[in-house]
Amino acid sequence: MRWALVILALALPVPAQTVAQERVVAGLSRSNVAITANFDGSNILVFGAVRREAPIPEGAPLEVLITVQGPDRPVTVRRKAWRFGIWVNTDAIDVPRAPSFYAVATTAPIEQVISAEENRRFRVTVPEAIGPVLPDGSDPGGAAAEPSGGADDDETQEFLAALLRIQTRAGRYRLAEAGVDFEEATLFRSEFSLPANLTEGIYRTRIFLTRDGQVVDVLVKDISVNKVGLERWLFNLAHRQPLAYGLLSLALAVFAGWGASTLVRYWRQ
Amino acid sequence: MQIYLPIAEVSVNAFLLLGVGGIVGILSGMFGVGGGFLITPLLFFIGIPPVVAVATGANQVVASSVSGVLAHWRRRTVDLPMGLVLLAGGMIGSGLGIFVFNILRRLGQVDLLVQLSYVVFLGVVGILMFQESLRALLRARGPRKPVKRHVHLWVHRLPLKMKFRVSGLYISVIPPAVVGLLVGFLAAIMGVGGGFIMVPAMIYLLGMPTKVVVGTSLFQIIFVTGFTTVMHATTNYSVDMLLALLLILGGVVGAQMGTWIGLRLKAEQLRILLAIVVLVVAGKIALDLLLRPAELYSISVAGRP
Repeated sequence: MRWALVILALALPVPAQTVAQERVVAGLSRSNVAITANFDGSNILVFGAVRREAPIPEGAPLEVLITVQGPDRPVTVRRKAWRFGIWVNTDAIDVPRAPSFYAVATTAPIEQVISAEENRRFRVTVPEAIGPVLPDGSDPGGAAAEPSGGADDDETQEFLAALLRIQTRAGRYRLAEAGVDFEEATLFRSEFSLPANLTEGIYRTRIFLTRDGQVVDVLVKDISVNKVGLERWLFNLAHRQPLAYGLLSLALAVFAGWGASTLVRYWRQ
Repeated sequence: MQIYLPIAEVSVNAFLLLGVGGIVGILSGMFGVGGGFLITPLLFFIGIPPVVAVATGANQVVASSVSGVLAHWRRRTVDLPMGLVLLAGGMIGSGLGIFVFNILRRLGQVDLLVQLSYVVFLGVVGILMFQESLRALLRARGPRKPVKRHVHLWVHRLPLKMKFRVSGLYISVIPPAVVGLLVGFLAAIMGVGGGFIMVPAMIYLLGMPTKVVVGTSLFQIIFVTGFTTVMHATTNYSVDMLLALLLILGGVVGAQMGTWIGLRLKAEQLRILLAIVVLVVAGKIALDLLLRPAELYSISVAGRP
């Protein structure tokens, strides 16, 4: 019986082993974001504290790292090349899963906060978060494998770098080093702004405590982002009753055209 | 004022959309083109995903065309029999076009095909129309030469003749049906109503008077784009009603203004203006193909939920 417990303890992931030392408790300013017709982005405040059963351990300071990850989507990255005098899409790779939104905030430069191995293990930064995952889609865990696409390694890396570059420029992928306020190695807070061009789904927020690049504890909180009201209604109608939706759009157009024409005529008289 | 579009899943300025709709509406009312060739690139530019832009653009064109047709109808500048003949050809053509489009999509490179056909057709139509209307404009200024009213071509010797009273034509139904078919085919491939091809074809191939051409072209565009809208809504779920509504509000007002402007301009002036608009759009798309893009890579979301 005792042996079974020891084996169980060894089999558990790293955070569980250090569980008694330092744990993270955190909350979000909101766990629901409603996309209404005039939605133009939203701010999420992540706040929390470190709970200790013992004095602060000696050595490197404790660091906090927070990630907010939007729903994954399959993405195709294409590259243009000069062919027959014009620029055309020639090569492409399919990335089976890329987050639609990904923000990382830390208390210090990312290399200091988390080691490369831990980064890969927990898929913390964007390059690690992109790419195929375990067949059941579970998260986190497992090293990032190469996306399928057939291209050789360097080629694939170039495409992934382009994906990262374009999404970062569009404000979909963000990295804020020193984006977390951390006081007395105990209290922390960080603010994330979700963009207006938000995709529906679960936005997974992970709060990591690290020391010496090693993850000490992780806490996962979900934010659910949903369309509501008119947005919800239109979206559902479009997908569930496509013919009715199409005809309704058409009727709307015909009616608007007729209405404008009639109005203008009365106006003139 | 930002507004979130439920199908496009982007947030854009509502006034910007009203403005885009308005500009396209003005062109639509003035020239009898649906404006699809203009609205789709404009929506791309704002950041609407291409699939949504094409489908919703078609929906907007329905509204501006209805508005325009009614304005023309009251002025008796719609040739209904001619419109119906064109439409009959157009429906067969767009059915064929959608079929070919799907084959090409399976082969890949459909974007390139669309861009190239834009450049080729807009370019050719624009240049021809520009030359012709410039000549007409210069001729109108100079000493007036007698103009031959009825040029008898092989077109006029075909059977199945029919009277088109509004157009003042007595011709076979075969040429308009073929024109309708070709335009419908191209329109389906390019995802537009086809007015910019239809209008010059009616003027130069069928010899219809310019003022009648506009109303008649709009009449048949309503049905072609209406068909396209429902097709896109049922196959791609890509019609964004909220986006369409804003474009339509701008568009219907614009169409009325356009009709009003169009009636105050000479036919040659109208044609030369349309030629310039067509050439500008063709030139822009050609430059996109010819110049090295700043970002060689592009991303597209494959499977939307």
